[in-house]
Amino acid sequence: MSTLLGFPKNGYKVVPGPETYLSPSAAAMGVVLPNEGEALIEGDIVPEEVAYEEIANRLLSARNPTLFPGPLVLWAWSEKAVAKARALLEMVGEVPGMKIIPMPDYRPKYPMINPKVEINPNHPNLTIWHNNIDVCVFVGVHCHFANLALKIIRAGTDCYTIALCGQRGHEDAMITLRDVHAEEVMDLTDTIRKVKMERLSC
Amino acid sequence: MLERKVVSPEYMFFEAPREKKYLIGNEAVAEAVKRANVDMVISYPITPQSEATHIVGDIYAQGYVKDYYRGEDEFNVMSAMAGAAMGGVRAFTATSGPGTLRAFEMFPCWAGERLPIVCAFMTRGVNSPLTIQPDNIEIGWLADTGMLIFHAEDPQDFFDMILQAYVIAEQPDVHLPVGVCADGFFVTHTREIVELTPEDEMLPPYDPSVSPVVTMDMETVPVRHMKDPFVMKSNYISYNTHASWQQEVRAAAERARKYITRYMGSPVEVVHPGAEILFMASGTAAAQARVAMERMRAEGIDIGLVKIKVIRPFPEKEITELAEVPRIIIIPEHNITGWLARDIKSRVNNNAKIYGGPRVFGGMTMPPEMLVEETKKLLLNLVTA
Repeated sequence: MSTLLGFPKNGYKVVPGPETYLSPSAAAMGVVLPNEGEALIEGDIVPEEVAYEEIANRLLSARNPTLFPGPLVLWAWSEKAVAKARALLEMVGEVPGMKIIPMPDYRPKYPMINPKVEINPNHPNLTIWHNNIDVCVFVGVHCHFANLALKIIRAGTDCYTIALCGQRGHEDAMITLRDVHAEEVMDLTDTIRKVKMERLSC
Repeated sequence: MLERKVVSPEYMFFEAPREKKYLIGNEAVAEAVKRANVDMVISYPITPQSEATHIVGDIYAQGYVKDYYRGEDEFNVMSAMAGAAMGGVRAFTATSGPGTLRAFEMFPCWAGERLPIVCAFMTRGVNSPLTIQPDNIEIGWLADTGMLIFHAEDPQDFFDMILQAYVIAEQPDVHLPVGVCADGFFVTHTREIVELTPEDEMLPPYDPSVSPVVTMDMETVPVRHMKDPFVMKSNYISYNTHASWQQEVRAAAERARKYITRYMGSPVEVVHPGAEILFMASGTAAAQARVAMERMRAEGIDIGLVKIKVIRPFPEKEITELAEVPRIIIIPEHNITGWLARDIKSRVNNNAKIYGGPRVFGGMTMPPEMLVEETKKLLLNLVTA
């Protein structure tokens, strides 16, 4: 499962790459998903409030922060999805220069993909490299495909990955929150506003 | 059919009253399916599992299962099971030995598609020469499909593990198929006391909206499914994606450990863990080793037992820790290949103290007397050496 020979389990850090030819899954390296009320930062379990602050700092410090919304928030398939999408738009509005590049579906699109306008889980690095994205946020992507992409990004790029998961979270992201719905996105937006104010007052 | 109510898995597994019934393993399977709130069962007869899905057909007729039919062969059945699960329903099937092999291509497909199917494997010998008798060689092959694999010791385990399997399989971060294995005839056709949960209580229905892949039921988000086959592309991206995909399936199995602990207590059961000699065994071999252990302990021999309930994900941490103490580890098995001994030896430090055997196969029984005799011979040989 792992290509990192001799690397001790439980000492693994989920940090920006490029890591190696074929990155292991973080789960194979002993990283476990957080329980309710918790989050992961670089493989370590932390209270979710700590992760909110770290996400805000990462986004506000980024040169080219980008949101990758997936099908679960791109389509108005439920009232909850609509509310979450609206909350995400508000969040993006609070981060200076933050772009949105959608992941509308999961079929491989090489060599035809237009990396300016979309990202695909099977070859996410084409979009990250083309747009020089240094911090990205996955949201609304079905968990299997998010994990697929997050490993490939860690193996081949230096992009800092954040996953706002509606289910149990993603070990392969550098920061992950779990159980993220519209309300939690609004909480994150509030944290971003607060951190912005703190930075302005410094 | 009884009027039924949905109860939580925690209540069903740990709090619900239990009623004792005298059942064979195949009957216990049907009782589990009845309580598992299964939507669809697809069957194909093969000894020794035929009776289980036959009885499940009866409970379908009574209304406990929403849909049921007989496929044309095992490959057809397992393919149709994939379709059912992709469509977002809770599905169940069962097979044995040659049926497992005929359908084999579908098991890694189930895992790769992240389908939370539960399949009972009533293991038997595989051809040739033709046999229908007990032998669990197929579990060793199933172990590398990406499925979670449980191994039942008796009809009680078979009943409990099928229910636990659905709850673990359907966790959003796991979402993998589970093979619940039991040794054919020894478990499927042996009548024992089984403690059943109330017949009018069932698990909550499956919620396909939390699936980590797209459910193809036209009710969820309209999205093109990942069906453009990687095999058609010969380039780095396609290989890299396939590799990442395989890693994610194994990662999902790793995530199952938390839920195995929560719902099954532990992937292993330990009796006398500090003993100088340990049997490590699964399935019927664990049952026979348990009897042999008691007889030897009555004679003053310091021996214990580790029953391995979960074959995948392999309980590596538990086994390596338990293997630290004893001077001798004996691994009896009901197959010729010794897949369990291989698994354990490859993970334990100082594996020279591990003795893979005795093994019986082709339908042969494993009498506790034989285990006692072989253990004593081993001890004598070690003393002589």
